[in-house]
Amino acid sequence: MAHHDHELVRLSADALAQKLASSEISAVEATQAHLDRIAAVDGEVHAFLHTAPDLSLATAAAIDQRRAAGESLHPLAGVPIAIKDVIVTNDMPTTSGSRILEGWIPPYDATVMTKLRAAGLVPIGKTNMDEFAMGSSTEHSAYGPTHNPWDLERIPGGSGGGSAAAVASFEAPLALGSDTGGSIRQPAHVTGTVGVKPTYGGVSRYGAIALASSLDQIGPVSRTVLDSALLHDVIGGHDPRDSTSLTDEWPSMADAVRRADVKGLRIGVISQLDGQGFQTGVLERFREALDVLAAAGAEIVDVSLPSLEYAIAAYYLIMPAEASSNLAKFDSVRFGLRVNPPGGGTVEDVMSATREVGFGAEAKRRIILGTYALSAGYYDAYYGSAQKVRTLVQRDFEAAFGQADVLVSPTAPTTAFKLGQNTGDPMAMYLNDIATIPANLAGIPGISVPVGLAREDGLPVGIQFLAPARHDARLYNVGGALERMLEDSWGHTLISLAPDLAPGEMTAAQEGAV
Amino acid sequence: MATAKLMDFDKALELFEPVLGFEVHVELNTKTKMFSDAPNYFGGEPNTNITPVDLGLPGSLPVVNGEAVRYSISLGLALGCSIAPSSRFARKNYFYPDLAKNYQISQYDEPIAFGGSVEVELPDGRFFTVPIERAHMEEDAGKLTHVGGATGRIQGAEYSLVDYNRAGVPLVEIVTDIIYGAEKDAPELAKAYVATIRDIVVSLGISDARMERGNLRCDANISLRPRTAPGEPPAPLGTRTETKNVNSLRSVERAIRYEIQRQAQILADGGTITQETRHWHEDTGTTSAGRPKSDADDYRYFPEPDLLPVVPSAELIDELRAALPEAPAIRRRRLKQEWGFTDLEFQDVQNAGLLVEVTDTVAAGASPQAARKWWSGEISRIANARNAEPSSLVSPTDVAALVTLIDSGALNDRLARQVLEGVIDGEGSPQEVVDARGLAVVSDDGALIAAIDDALAAQPDVLAKIKDGKVQAAGAVIGAVMKAMKGQADAARVRELVLERASAD
Repeated sequence: MAHHDHELVRLSADALAQKLASSEISAVEATQAHLDRIAAVDGEVHAFLHTAPDLSLATAAAIDQRRAAGESLHPLAGVPIAIKDVIVTNDMPTTSGSRILEGWIPPYDATVMTKLRAAGLVPIGKTNMDEFAMGSSTEHSAYGPTHNPWDLERIPGGSGGGSAAAVASFEAPLALGSDTGGSIRQPAHVTGTVGVKPTYGGVSRYGAIALASSLDQIGPVSRTVLDSALLHDVIGGHDPRDSTSLTDEWPSMADAVRRADVKGLRIGVISQLDGQGFQTGVLERFREALDVLAAAGAEIVDVSLPSLEYAIAAYYLIMPAEASSNLAKFDSVRFGLRVNPPGGGTVEDVMSATREVGFGAEAKRRIILGTYALSAGYYDAYYGSAQKVRTLVQRDFEAAFGQADVLVSPTAPTTAFKLGQNTGDPMAMYLNDIATIPANLAGIPGISVPVGLAREDGLPVGIQFLAPARHDARLYNVGGALERMLEDSWGHTLISLAPDLAPGEMTAAQEGAV
Repeated sequence: MATAKLMDFDKALELFEPVLGFEVHVELNTKTKMFSDAPNYFGGEPNTNITPVDLGLPGSLPVVNGEAVRYSISLGLALGCSIAPSSRFARKNYFYPDLAKNYQISQYDEPIAFGGSVEVELPDGRFFTVPIERAHMEEDAGKLTHVGGATGRIQGAEYSLVDYNRAGVPLVEIVTDIIYGAEKDAPELAKAYVATIRDIVVSLGISDARMERGNLRCDANISLRPRTAPGEPPAPLGTRTETKNVNSLRSVERAIRYEIQRQAQILADGGTITQETRHWHEDTGTTSAGRPKSDADDYRYFPEPDLLPVVPSAELIDELRAALPEAPAIRRRRLKQEWGFTDLEFQDVQNAGLLVEVTDTVAAGASPQAARKWWSGEISRIANARNAEPSSLVSPTDVAALVTLIDSGALNDRLARQVLEGVIDGEGSPQEVVDARGLAVVSDDGALIAAIDDALAAQPDVLAKIKDGKVQAAGAVIGAVMKAMKGQADAARVRELVLERASAD
């Protein structure tokens, strides 16, 4: 069984789905294998904040029964999936990585959860994240950091380090993430996995605990481009509960991956994200990938986004401004933590004491920044100026997409840094998002695909493709093509090089190590 | 609470010019709330008409109610406003436990309607134009009940209960421009303005507009500025107060009068007015200090990122404009003329809130005077006695049917009152009540003549007087006959027959 488990968890979601569809394995077996893997390795990785094995197995058993009854099921029915804890679930606690929501079980499901459940996927737990998705390392979680499966001393990226690490350590074939400034793509980059930030409005935000409403987007996390596409096809589409959700009819992203043809595709290299401040090994792998694409018939062109140098500054005004307002609801009156000050007090005193204890340092930092940026007398200089920069960035992208079908850059400047390395230096942490933030400001889709290991540290490197809004399918096409060509040239997947966290197939649980 | 010294009203007006401004909140009677699909029904079991959106639960998102947008456009048009081709919601950030998200979704610098005016009729029939700055959409807050304090206010309360049923109820806030020139009519203008807004929203059918239930709420701003000699420039505007909790038309008038007298006395004594909200107390007819309100209150407004701009099509606006009902002021003028009422008669009907009932009764075939008489008289009397709204007791169709029965001679007034009671008690239409209770007037002259002859025989002295030409003496005989007939006779016919029989002998 253990050997069988070991192979099962290494299957892609697509491969697993095929074995489920043919009844070669059952959903209960698939779910149990992943629960065993979590039991074996999550003591070290800490990707999960919550699992509910009985609940997940019951969900899986129901899928098996429906399949046995001859019901026609969604292709992904029975495939386990990890859920970033920013997404509300009516059967599991949802904390958004914050003490202030500890133990809160929402009375409702996010729209993406409703869609996942309708398709028969099996939620197996809630993944760790920086508090309220504020961070690039998952070190700002109130529940302790997640560790990078490639090197447990290093960060798994953030804010969605939990979802990326869960997928990279074979605890789940699929995960949901959320991306406000790179929280899906940067963790994919540092863990050798795939992550997609869809077009703003492409996936419903209803039930995603808001960090910055105009930037947040839920998206897929997986080990292969096809798996992300399959998940994207489940969660995408219009939702009347989200006013910013697009009403477009979307093409199949999975079909785009299967098409995987870059001949004649114009790929624009963003000149501002190709050099200074980027780690040598990151740039090497990036350029190799461009060579592979060019060899396959893609046309590589240079594009410039002149406003990019202001993007981080603008982002760090808009995001905290919206966050300061979005986080106001955490006041102890209706849900979550309540702290009564010694000797009692007014409702204001209780709100204040609750927020003092319930929010971590980074959340407080951003609430203060955002409150300041929106204050009378400062609004025009800060929030107003930032919105103007946002418009300029959008125009830059429009111009660049006149010259290229997709744009490309390394996903982040460096490979995974060491836990604790940047916690005392918020600016260094913020600069890690330089390549990912512009897509959120512009509302355009982006994907990060693994392109190898950096020479100097042997850690994964990702490439980021960006497409015009509504053209997510282009990302899947080019991402899928690059993945296939790289794997053909290596003779294996990149993730197969990741250290085996549970050596000798003996699970840690069996050894009593957890 | 210390009682404020008040200056005589006329003296206050000699020294100061009152400057007014009103913010009227109208609760729209849409089926669902402003941003959620919870029923728009406030009352009943607390915290039952709520969704994750109304509670501001993490992850929930607002969605604009299209019906509320249409209602707001109609109201804007009725106020003579321009409708913005694109307007936006904003967040007004402040912490308060009745505000589920700790921000209110409102419209700030881009309201849906702006730049209008309303003709307001003063009690003496003159019209005053009130300039409208804007009308914007927003959501109501929950309702707080403060428990344990002496005053029922938050100060001194042990704890407070929150009912979020009202959270998210759609509101339109109508904001006037600064109103100059009301002078001594300021209190009456205030009342007439709010009454006009009420009439407009009722005629549009977009609000229940019951002030006592908070469907319509008025915040009255007032400041005084000293008068200057002719030829001199006017004094700068004085510091204003904003009186809240004014829950009836009468209170609006009283509150403005009170604030003019209070502020005048303070200014005359060399004091200064504090910019603050004032709380109106219906029982004592006074205001007390609320919270300080400064122009620098920082709500950190910014565009609501969860909502798209509201972009109504020109076709929709045209359609709603074409569907606007006649403006209440114009309609009143027309009706008064058509009905031929005196000023007093018309005002009685209007002040009793019976315009719609009388209109519908006339439309159903009754004469205007008869319709007025029944609604202002017997129906209002019964409504008073039963503590009910006249309109809830009987339909205009039934009243018109009753009047028709009287006009045809089938009922006299006394019988008609009995029939009305039957209708109100649910016994059916007027004709059905007549049939069931056997209340028709006796029109058989033979039976009447027999009763008259008996009565004349019993009262020979009266007979003699009538024969002497003292016709008024006939009343005693008529009364006796009506009594004998148990009221089921046409008194006019009885009179005719009495005189006829008396002279025939």
